[in-house]
Amino acid sequence: MHPSAGPPAGPTTTSLVTLDDVGHRFGGAVALSGLSFEVPRGRITVLLGPNGAGKTTAFRAITGALVPDAGQVRTFGLDPDRQGHLVRPRCGVVSAKPALYDRLSGLDNLVYSAELYGVEGELAPKVRDAAGRFGIAEALDQAVGGYSTGMKTRLALARSILHEPELLLFDEPTSGLDPESSHAVLELIRELTEEGRTVVMCTHLLAEAEGLADHVVMMEGGNALLSGSPDELTLRFWPRPVVHLDAEDPRVLDRVAAWPGVEAYRRDPGGARVELTDVASLPELITSLCADGARLTRVEPHTPSLEDLYFMIRRGRDGASAPDGPLAPIRGRWGRSELPAPQLPSVLDPPAHHDGVAR
Amino acid sequence: MTAAIEPPAARRFDRHRMWVVARTELRQLLASKDYWIPMAALGALFFVVIPSALLLMITAIGDVSVVRQASQALSVLPEAAQSRIRGDSPEARTAFALAVYLLAPVAVVVPLTISTAVGAASLVGERERGTGEFLAHSPASVREIYLGKIIASIVPGYLTTVVGFGAYSLAVNLIAGPAAGGWFFPTTEWMVMVFWIIPPFLLLTLSLVLRLSARVRSTAAAQQASGLITLPLIGIAYVQATGTLVGSTVATGWALGAVAWVVALLSAHLGVRSVTRNRLLGVTQ
Repeated sequence: MHPSAGPPAGPTTTSLVTLDDVGHRFGGAVALSGLSFEVPRGRITVLLGPNGAGKTTAFRAITGALVPDAGQVRTFGLDPDRQGHLVRPRCGVVSAKPALYDRLSGLDNLVYSAELYGVEGELAPKVRDAAGRFGIAEALDQAVGGYSTGMKTRLALARSILHEPELLLFDEPTSGLDPESSHAVLELIRELTEEGRTVVMCTHLLAEAEGLADHVVMMEGGNALLSGSPDELTLRFWPRPVVHLDAEDPRVLDRVAAWPGVEAYRRDPGGARVELTDVASLPELITSLCADGARLTRVEPHTPSLEDLYFMIRRGRDGASAPDGPLAPIRGRWGRSELPAPQLPSVLDPPAHHDGVAR
Repeated sequence: MTAAIEPPAARRFDRHRMWVVARTELRQLLASKDYWIPMAALGALFFVVIPSALLLMITAIGDVSVVRQASQALSVLPEAAQSRIRGDSPEARTAFALAVYLLAPVAVVVPLTISTAVGAASLVGERERGTGEFLAHSPASVREIYLGKIIASIVPGYLTTVVGFGAYSLAVNLIAGPAAGGWFFPTTEWMVMVFWIIPPFLLLTLSLVLRLSARVRSTAAAQQASGLITLPLIGIAYVQATGTLVGSTVATGWALGAVAWVVALLSAHLGVRSVTRNRLLGVTQ
């Protein structure tokens, strides 16, 4: 999780972007279907979902590049359709394809953007600064057509911050990059939020969202399945701590099932999975096992990841059982438009108390 | 609840941004040798090579039957035009008539061809390269983008015309001038045509071509469809230019040009509607 992540980033009065029941079709194909979520200010919000989930379309609706058929979008409290001329100068966008002019030099690409966005003052130092920040300054005089994919992404990132936007929208920014370049790009994105900017990033890569997101919106079929901070979401789905145990003779672990404070126990060839009421009881449990002569080979607290969460949701939607433990149900607001609404299985039925999910 | 923030000042139409779009488009053309080398070759061919070869042939081969026949053909010209032909010999008169009256298509075909090639690729090209996404998210309004693209499409064609016109004047005067009794080109009618009649026809053509470019799926399709628009326009422009040169007064040329300007400006104004952010993104509407 983001080390600087503060309080849970659910819908708050400081949301910079609000999508409310937004629907859009491309011809006969549904792109967005009653999509609702909010983007908290100064955080990294990750739109997570498979290809075709509607992430890019949501991006486009946020800046007013695309006007949705239904619902309401508010960016900085403004309507991007009618007030796009006020919204777009405050946004910086990196699209999935870097959208650079190959025949121009890197410098010309940046200057073009700076002039379109009305950057004032002498451009050259600002352009060099932005390029230097993303490690692309040395290549600025070369034609972009000769850049590698990583260089293009860095240039596109530099272009997106030139006019010092409040809101940054990154559409799969690590697409096509090698792991090292991806890591560097994600670090740079993290730095941007540490300066107080708000970032919305969409990706289908779970590992990418895992280390970066303050707020996650999980999307599928043009709708938000759920949203909230990663901690909040994992806590919601795995409310009790889980520990994996193994021993030279795994059969000795079975006595754990009868322990007070153990909510669930399951042993398979890979060891035992123990669900506790409170993680504080773990030392006592281990001590007791050792005193009984168990020679433990593994004691590993399980930290559920976004990946676990994602596949939990996907399994739930596919109607399969969720083998990794009980699920805390969530609240969702589904299918408010005329478009077909995704039906969640019962494991995802909402509790009455929760409010940090996709509205 | 979303916090509303005081928005910064932003103008609906920013002329500077329009010029930025135009300038960047032109910069890309300059960086594309595969575009401007053929363009320069086309201009050189029509404005210098072909006229020079024709005029040299006529002035060099002397009073042979071909020239006599050509000179007799000049009798079909209106009386007003005939009275303006200078030169004592048939070669001189033929060369003068060719230079002044018969090469008008040069000034029409070249700019329209060159500018149409640029205009056809401009909007659909943004979409094909993916840069339409950048423009769609940018603060540039569709009017600024559209007008910037029109300017960028007009400039190379018209620049070629003006430069070619200068080179043509030089070649014509050097080759046919001595026989015609001194430098005689450009005539007033030619000046009116190049500086008053050709520009609105370019604007009209490009306003239509850009509408196509905004709508079609590929540059190839835009260029194919542009041909259908430009061919009749070349015909009309040719007729008007020839009429201005041959049979009309300078005043008629001014009047025809004025009508062309009105039509062109109206077409350019209406053409803005064809550009939408959806089309820049390349998504179905």
